[in-house]
Amino acid sequence: MSARFPLRLSLLPPIALLAGCQAVVLQPSGDIAAQQRDLVVASTVLMLLVIVPVMVLTAVFAWRYRAGNRDAAYDPEWSHSTQLELAIWAAPLLIVIALGALTWIGTHTLDPFRPLSRIDASRGLPAEVKPLKVQVVALDWKWLFIYPDHGIASVGEMAAPVDVPIEFDITASTVMNAFFVPALAGQIYAMPGMQTKLHAVINRAGDYEGFSANYSGEGFSDMRFRFAGMSAADFDRWAASVKRAGGTLDRAEYLRLEKPSVREPVRHYARVTEGLFDAVVNLCVEPSKMCMRDMMAIDARGGLGLAGIYNVSRLAYDQPRARSAAPAREEYVTALCAVGPEATAAPADAPLYGFAVR
Amino acid sequence: MQERSDLMQALFGRLTLDAIPYHEPILVWTFVAAAALGMALLAYIQKKRAWGTLWNDWFCSIDHKKIGVMYMVLGIVMLLRGFADAMMMRAQQAIAFGDATGYLPPHHYDQIFTAHGVIMIFFVAMPFVTGLMNYVVPLQIGARDVAFPFLNNFSFWMTTAGAVLVMLSLFVGEFATTGWLAYPPLSSIAYSPGVGVDYYIWALQIAGVGTLLSGVNLIVTIVKMRAPGMTLMKMPVFTWTALCTNVLIVAAFPVLTAVLALLSLDRYLGTAFFTNDFGGNAMMYVNLIWIWGHPEVYILILPIFGVFSEVVSTFCGKRLFGYASMVYATVVITILSYLVWLHHFFTMGSGASVNSFFGITTMIISIPTGAKMFNWLFTMYRGRIRFELPMLWTLGFMLTFVVGGMTGVLLAVPPADFVLHNSLFLIAHFHNVIIGGVVFGVFAGINYWFPKVAGFKLDEFWGKVSFWCWLVGFWVAFMPLYVLGLMGVTRRVSHFEDASLQIWFQIAAVCAVLIGLGILAFLVQIFVSIRRRERLRDATGDPWNGRTLEWSTASPPPAYNFAFTPRVHEQDAWFDMKQRGYRRPVAGFVPIHMPKNTAAGIVLAGISLVCGFALIWHIGWLAAASFVGLVAGAIAHTFNYDRDCHIPAEVVTRSEDRRTRQLAATGA
Repeated sequence: MSARFPLRLSLLPPIALLAGCQAVVLQPSGDIAAQQRDLVVASTVLMLLVIVPVMVLTAVFAWRYRAGNRDAAYDPEWSHSTQLELAIWAAPLLIVIALGALTWIGTHTLDPFRPLSRIDASRGLPAEVKPLKVQVVALDWKWLFIYPDHGIASVGEMAAPVDVPIEFDITASTVMNAFFVPALAGQIYAMPGMQTKLHAVINRAGDYEGFSANYSGEGFSDMRFRFAGMSAADFDRWAASVKRAGGTLDRAEYLRLEKPSVREPVRHYARVTEGLFDAVVNLCVEPSKMCMRDMMAIDARGGLGLAGIYNVSRLAYDQPRARSAAPAREEYVTALCAVGPEATAAPADAPLYGFAVR
Repeated sequence: MQERSDLMQALFGRLTLDAIPYHEPILVWTFVAAAALGMALLAYIQKKRAWGTLWNDWFCSIDHKKIGVMYMVLGIVMLLRGFADAMMMRAQQAIAFGDATGYLPPHHYDQIFTAHGVIMIFFVAMPFVTGLMNYVVPLQIGARDVAFPFLNNFSFWMTTAGAVLVMLSLFVGEFATTGWLAYPPLSSIAYSPGVGVDYYIWALQIAGVGTLLSGVNLIVTIVKMRAPGMTLMKMPVFTWTALCTNVLIVAAFPVLTAVLALLSLDRYLGTAFFTNDFGGNAMMYVNLIWIWGHPEVYILILPIFGVFSEVVSTFCGKRLFGYASMVYATVVITILSYLVWLHHFFTMGSGASVNSFFGITTMIISIPTGAKMFNWLFTMYRGRIRFELPMLWTLGFMLTFVVGGMTGVLLAVPPADFVLHNSLFLIAHFHNVIIGGVVFGVFAGINYWFPKVAGFKLDEFWGKVSFWCWLVGFWVAFMPLYVLGLMGVTRRVSHFEDASLQIWFQIAAVCAVLIGLGILAFLVQIFVSIRRRERLRDATGDPWNGRTLEWSTASPPPAYNFAFTPRVHEQDAWFDMKQRGYRRPVAGFVPIHMPKNTAAGIVLAGISLVCGFALIWHIGWLAAASFVGLVAGAIAHTFNYDRDCHIPAEVVTRSEDRRTRQLAATGA
């Protein structure tokens, strides 16, 4: 008894460890992540139906047919059985059919681009609910959150009311990142010049961790932010406090903010220039730059031929942001070629470019 | 630093004394240790007066067996480097919490995980797999060499030149800090201005030439050079898997070459394929690299499935269960491996239907893989299993790989992937299939075929130590990573805040040492076996009661492999010959026509290495000169008509008589 006591004692730490471990992926606080967790669990159980028998049979056969066991049957020529081969192809096939159906349905219902259809497992979406819009920009190496409906922005911290659908528009300034709050929903990449979407909802108030899940360079490890789920009243108070903090996120401030920095402290902006996020996606926050959407509109009409060369400098995006020790040379061709008005006409849904401050 | 003169710029490009990292103590000590080891090796060769042998009989050899062995040596050397990187990462992650930033700054850490991935895939797994195929395939099909013996030598040296470039980046300049696939825009010149990505590009381009040529070579060998009577459906399963793998290589590697070429155009000439500017599209790179990258994992695992098939049937003393379904499963995997690449980036925002399509095709691959697993299982059924080392590795594989397969299918479910992608769960998954599959299979293969290569078995005790260290070490070092993945921890992070994670990283770090002991035990195993070779000697050439043709010849096989080309009537040709009371011919030998050794391969690869180095450092004149030299050298080599020789009948007779005496002495 006393001799076995230390042995039992030695078993304690691993058990305590497992009990104390916060497996956020398995215990999320948002409905989307919870459904994703359910799929993880269901698929695992489904696969264990074939994995466990294989592992058990491997051990059993290895033991039973060991060379030393002369009681076991030995049939060196037996190498084919049509029924058995049908069965070993059919068993995984059946599992894959079940899993495939689960995948098809789950992928469509949990598509990050698809608006939510429920608040959580027991509550549908109230008819009058208005989703919270958040625009996310992955900068080097911090996260910018713009609340277009509130006209505020924050860096390194994000808040959202519980049980309200959140609609994220996501992009990045220079390189690929992935926007990931494990407690809320699965990740989606944040990529420069492109826009991804995520629909999610947080069901429990609390502080959760968010971070970039895709390596993006030197400051990547500390590219974390606090995701705070709070009651509607608390959220309104938080938004009001951001409003009070003052400061404007205009184009100049954005260009300062996007410069590489590590462990940037939390910042709030009371005002945001309208159309800023759209300009970020179109790589034209600098006033001298042509927006990608305009370039594409020109190109869609067949381009400008040789004259288009003059536009090239107005599209240069990476070089001014180069991560080198030496300052990048800035070269701009100031002469502009004439473009017919129809070539640059903005699409009907074009946002407002400019500096209008709300 | 003062402004460099134009002359210096023209002579040395971007290469300056600053490129030597003498201010990094870790690198300085690494260099000192590497230099000391290198000197010791050179001194040993000098002492043994082995320079001539090394150069003439090995470096210039076009014998597929010697090239196969050199591939394995390259794999082992690079494994040590790759593992050292792994230990450095484990150590950093075990200590860098909160205020402690660990001993590696991000810039250094980022190079290490990039190098670890690149080295383990391109310069450990690939050489191991290619080495096994190179050694075994010609013997299994009753051929005397591969179809293009010189190309084989050249391929090996090109692969080695790539490895040398990666190693060079340790002491001259830096390696990429982009992750092993170098996604743009991060890998573009704007965000990775250093030479790291250039080292990456040119190392892979040079090694890629070797891999591609070796793929062509082995396909032609298998298609054209099988012994009479060996129809496709009578080929050994390992040869089948080698054929499929090389088809994959030939179809996939040009894509890698093309995508890296486009990236280098972006970096060198300012084009805009993958940039943010001017309408470049980084997604295109991600698609292309994975159209190579997914088949690549099957390139690694398929021959290993072949190894396990040979081992299981040999050590169960039984015909392989379901040969035909094994072959079909291999072919199905070969084709399907091109239809799944998008599962590596479900989270980049493809639509739900696209994601589901690729998720389901990925799951479908698990059906033939599952069928293979069952085939091995039912080969064991009613067998007489001898638990020799290769069989131990196989059983370890079967129990480990299924778990990796399961987590792999889990990751193929897009919504599940959204929460697990890029996490340590993913890291645990692919180490589970690469260590549990490829590495275990390589060790099974090494233990299985070593007696063929050397004429004596490997020491069993140290083999078992190595096996158990690897098996237990893998499970306890990577299970914490599965747990951490479920705790939402991402890969490639060099510093953490949450202290509750630390204990898992510490467990992983301590247990990774166990894997290190496994590697050490393997080296000891080889050393001890060489010391005790007389006791471990196998004179029969068939120590395991083998079933395929490589066991019909002497160990080590003579340069010509087979004095007479065998005739094949059945699957498991050698087993069939033994059943029918085959008698080895002991007289009537004739001269054998064989290719001649040449230094062209190593010289051309050496010039390629110089060219790569010059391109990395933008040394224009050297790049141009070496490129011209490379083309001129290749053309000059085509005018070398002194390429073959005949092994005289007397030599053949002498070596066959020796084998006759050996066999008589063993009473076989």
